[in-house]
Amino acid sequence: MLAYTEKIRDIAGRLLKDCRVDLVVGFRRGSMPMMNEPCFVTRADEVDQLVWDGNCGINLANYLTKRTEKIAVVAKGCDSRNIVTHIIENQIKREQLVIIGVPCTGMLDKRRIKQTAPGEVTAVVEEGDQVTVSGEGFSETHARADLLQANCAVCRHRNPVVYDELVGEAVPEQTGVDRYADVRAIEEMALEERWQHFEELLAPCLRCYACRNACPLCYCPTCFVDESMPQWVGKSQNPVDVRTFHFLRAYHCAGRCTDCGACERACPVGINMRVFTKKLERDAYEQWGWEAGLSPDQRPPLDTYRPDDPEGFIK
Amino acid sequence: MGVEPGRVHFSWVSSAESTKFVDVVKQVTEAVRAQGPNQNFVKKELKVA
Repeated sequence: MLAYTEKIRDIAGRLLKDCRVDLVVGFRRGSMPMMNEPCFVTRADEVDQLVWDGNCGINLANYLTKRTEKIAVVAKGCDSRNIVTHIIENQIKREQLVIIGVPCTGMLDKRRIKQTAPGEVTAVVEEGDQVTVSGEGFSETHARADLLQANCAVCRHRNPVVYDELVGEAVPEQTGVDRYADVRAIEEMALEERWQHFEELLAPCLRCYACRNACPLCYCPTCFVDESMPQWVGKSQNPVDVRTFHFLRAYHCAGRCTDCGACERACPVGINMRVFTKKLERDAYEQWGWEAGLSPDQRPPLDTYRPDDPEGFIK
Repeated sequence: MGVEPGRVHFSWVSSAESTKFVDVVKQVTEAVRAQGPNQNFVKKELKVA
């Protein structure tokens, strides 16, 4: 995966030099370990800051909405699916984009790495299937598969679904993953228990909206939580308001979410709000066989009518 | 999310089906009344010492 860096720089440099794009959206190293940040490169002599490793979990599709220039964007599987969703939803035109596809083997879970390390992590080095986490007085090597983000561990689309250039050989897709074990566990809870489970899940929420801001689907000019005329939801940290925010946001992502994990990754207090979007993702999959963002030619289930749409819930 | 199934109802009622509308409203009201008041969405007052 690390060899991708050179390839990304080559492609980005070539595209900028030939003036095929005005802008390359990719990642550069952050000021802290495991915190690669999105970067916009506009000149061919600046492409050396671009990198690729297991800390590129932010979804770059988020930076494309309503842009007008020609853009090259580095996209792993989930990013590419969100780009397709953007194209379907008229947020950007396919002709504007040069998609630099990155076959992905999953992103590292920075939270899990920090929790398992005995001290402050100062370096994380990936080599093949191994990850070496080191800091002052310790250096530990783990299997990469044990440190993946939860959404990457159950990912079914690691290779980009659309691309113009691919930086490496396609990676084998994971088969036989049980995508919805966590959703089923919640569905099996009794009513009271489920209510309580969500109370506890959302208790640490600060309403900072980092999850919404990191989400490529959340591009509304004014989010319903920021609206004050009318005010749809209270702005306090009252559990009722917090719950309303999270559930409504999840519903706005129904049939659109690709489970890229950007929301959970961005959360400063580590709430797994993916369980909400994932429940809806599963409903879309089971009721309409729909997985978001696989083809720009297919309309999403929530804006199409089929005579055999499920309607058992209507009396 | 932990809301009782009998508290939420969906129905198609055409604007020409006034009697169906009445029936649906009656059924829904009875079903929800049987559930009793929902306390989960009531904002509890903060406890002040």
